[in-house]
Amino acid sequence: MKIDWIDVGVMDDIPVMGARVVRSRDGDIAVFRTADDQVFALYDRCPHKGGPLSEGIVHGRSVTCPLHNWVISLETGTVEGPDQGCASQIAVSVDQGRVRLGLPRASLAAHG
Amino acid sequence: MREKLVLIGNGMAGVRVLEELMERAPDRYDVTVFGAEPHPTYNRIMLSPVLAGEKQFNDIVTHDRAWYEGHGFTLCAGTRIDAIDRAERRVVTSDGRRVPYDRLVIATGSHPFIVPVPGKDLPGVVTFRDIADVDSMLAGASGGRRAVVIGGGLLGLEAANGLLARGMTVTVVHLMATVMERQLDDAAGYLLRRELERRGLAVITEANTERIFGTSRVEGVRLKDGREIPADLVVMAVGIRPNGDLGKATGLAANRGIVVDDRMVTSDEAILAVGECVEHRGQSYGLVAPLYEMAKVVADQLAGNGDSIYQGSVTSTKLKVTGIDVFSAGAFGADKEAEDIVFRDAARGIYKRIILKENRVVGAVLYGDTADGARLFQLLRSGNDVSAERDTLIFGPAFAAGGAAPDPLEAVAALPAEAEICGCNGVCKGKIVAAITDKGLQSVDDVRVHTKASASCGSCTGLVEKLLKCTLGDGFEQGSSVKPICGCTSYGHDEIRKLIRAKDMRTIPQVMQDLGWTTANGCSKCRPALNYYLLCEYPGEYRDDAQSRFVNERVHANIQKDGTYSVVPRMWGGVTSAAELRAIADVVDRYDIPSVKVTGGQRIDLLGVKKEQLPAVWADLNKAGLVSGHAYGKALRTVKTCVGSEWCRFGTQDSTSMGIALERTTWGAWTPHKVKMAVSGCPRNCAEATVKDFGVVAVESGWELHVGGAAGMHVRATQLLCKVATAEEVLEYCCAFLQLYREEGRYLERPWPWIERVGLSYLQRRIVEDAQSRRALQARFRHAVSFTQKDPWAERAAGSTAHEFAPLAEIMA
Repeated sequence: MKIDWIDVGVMDDIPVMGARVVRSRDGDIAVFRTADDQVFALYDRCPHKGGPLSEGIVHGRSVTCPLHNWVISLETGTVEGPDQGCASQIAVSVDQGRVRLGLPRASLAAHG
Repeated sequence: MREKLVLIGNGMAGVRVLEELMERAPDRYDVTVFGAEPHPTYNRIMLSPVLAGEKQFNDIVTHDRAWYEGHGFTLCAGTRIDAIDRAERRVVTSDGRRVPYDRLVIATGSHPFIVPVPGKDLPGVVTFRDIADVDSMLAGASGGRRAVVIGGGLLGLEAANGLLARGMTVTVVHLMATVMERQLDDAAGYLLRRELERRGLAVITEANTERIFGTSRVEGVRLKDGREIPADLVVMAVGIRPNGDLGKATGLAANRGIVVDDRMVTSDEAILAVGECVEHRGQSYGLVAPLYEMAKVVADQLAGNGDSIYQGSVTSTKLKVTGIDVFSAGAFGADKEAEDIVFRDAARGIYKRIILKENRVVGAVLYGDTADGARLFQLLRSGNDVSAERDTLIFGPAFAAGGAAPDPLEAVAALPAEAEICGCNGVCKGKIVAAITDKGLQSVDDVRVHTKASASCGSCTGLVEKLLKCTLGDGFEQGSSVKPICGCTSYGHDEIRKLIRAKDMRTIPQVMQDLGWTTANGCSKCRPALNYYLLCEYPGEYRDDAQSRFVNERVHANIQKDGTYSVVPRMWGGVTSAAELRAIADVVDRYDIPSVKVTGGQRIDLLGVKKEQLPAVWADLNKAGLVSGHAYGKALRTVKTCVGSEWCRFGTQDSTSMGIALERTTWGAWTPHKVKMAVSGCPRNCAEATVKDFGVVAVESGWELHVGGAAGMHVRATQLLCKVATAEEVLEYCCAFLQLYREEGRYLERPWPWIERVGLSYLQRRIVEDAQSRRALQARFRHAVSFTQKDPWAERAAGSTAHEFAPLAEIMA
């Protein structure tokens, strides 16, 4: 499967310990920036009840969902603690402050 | 018959003698205490926090009248001793009484040193020595005025910091090239000066004061180089000189101070002296530790142990400016024989220097990280050879032990018995441990009652707790009641708030750093709590951290299960109008809002608004005069009212206007949890005021104020706080109640569990019985809301945090 790297903007537009949303045909993508300027992306749906992860509080390499306080790992998308589940991850590259998301070409083509 | 002991001077040194004496020979003397100040004895070293507004005078009183009565001492506070009749062994009071003694202890302390320059007697020139000085400084310290502090030593910098905290523009003029040059070397002095300047203090070094000028009162200070610094207040803080006046007048041997031998006995065998008024082996001291060491010897002598002697003190100092950690002990001047070990971390503002001579510690200067001060001071005093640990000395004992993360218990366990735990009350580890084992103490509170450790500023509470753990082992674990606020820390809510205040912590990262958080940036439990505590502690100064807010408070709307938001405009007291309703209807149409619902708090809720629509919805509502209802916040939600005497045939008062006034006064204040209020116009209580956090019920003669109700998962009726007569009083009491809750309620603790925890009578004491306390609370509340009563919708509709509401990108290709 080919990956397309799509430029979605500059890292400085994402608040530190916060997130911004990127709209895509497959649904909203939450792009997170941690305190140490690492950028991660997950589909913006909590595996629990679909809560918008982009609105959660970011701490360490995790985000807490605003609806029911599930804690999701930004690095793996998996749910931390006693709960089970996994949010879909998207590859990210940051080069000279520009953020690119790695999306499978197939999915783009399927909707294109 | 018991011997008669008279103590002249009711200060820290004198009272410490009595404490030590009670441990040795409680029944030997009839004790009479004379103090020139009219107060009970207080902790003089804590005057700086009082000046800075971090403590009240009552917080630093160490011995109240009950303490004197309990021991059977006669206290004559506000009574000066004019003379001593040594032949007849009597002291003569200022009101002419002659009181006999068998043994006399002089503890008259020191005088502030007055720089002999013209203008030194002008009104507005004060010293910094006692609580009366603090009062006169505060009287002159109304916001925006200018102060000059003469003296950049320990005392001067603490005074300057206090005045700065009180809103004055402060300049320190210091004769020497480095501030605190007697305690700090150039490098540490530089770091300190830089930090003080960053806080807004102006520092002029190598400044020689020529005169203080002004006609009817002080107008400024003129330096020898011609510079003039305007001032409304001048504080002389260049040092102290021993007050040996009484001793000299009596013919006791005296130079700078009253001369004592190693037994602390003056040239008259019946008279001892202690504290700052003393000259021992040519030395006088102005720090608390030597006073306490002297007091032990005096008590020994009085108790009949003639062998006990005082051999002088090695001193260490700490600057009591919150948030700046400075430690200094011993010698650090140029000495060719001495060797230095230096550690610098410029980015973190840390500087450590240990001075060795023949492999023994002879001095230490620590800036920025003073955790090792007690251990180095111990090495300095013991004179032990440190060659074995020399390589790692500067990194502290944890590194020497193998570089593993230090076990906090180990560090405390390793402290020697003489190590000071509580600096405020001068309590060492040995004393606490002895009290724990001898008296079977189980809790921090027990330790406080028996030893005073951690009873003043509270910053050693953690140390005391760890001592309990070390001493009692597993027995203490079960007894420990402080629940940490989350898994990132071992501190509880109350401790954190205390430490924020005591250490003047200003930001979330600083709190996490200083209190040893175990996570990099906290979690969704502790970050919102810390954000609130800092916001509450430093109104108008702390910058709210949006990323530490729950989404609702960040975007000023309530998130719903599908990720849309609900919008609730404020309707003051539940009253609306045709124009407002029309505007709401138009917004519903324009943005195709799916659902409109009347809420339980008499408001209208627009449900299903998309996030990116919020700024436009708010702008349109703003145009009709509607503002945010804070239905999303830990803040005042609603004031529900009935129609009251305006319409209702049973109404006794105008409850609607009262409710509107309450809401207009209190909206916009952040609180530990949401707050709901109501006003009913008669005891039929149609507004359901008795299940609100703060409920007002009108009666014929005025208003009943009820607190601590709830109608959620727990249904609870309110308790009656008090009854008041006028609407103004309702507002005043309500502000005081909210402020007390803001300051002492734990984050996410509703008023009812808070009241259950502290007791209604506590609230009544603070709000009802003590008018001064009530007005102070009200003033702090009004000060806090003066910064937050701004419509957050208007700010965001105008573009503030616009990025919050728009996507970063759309990739639909």
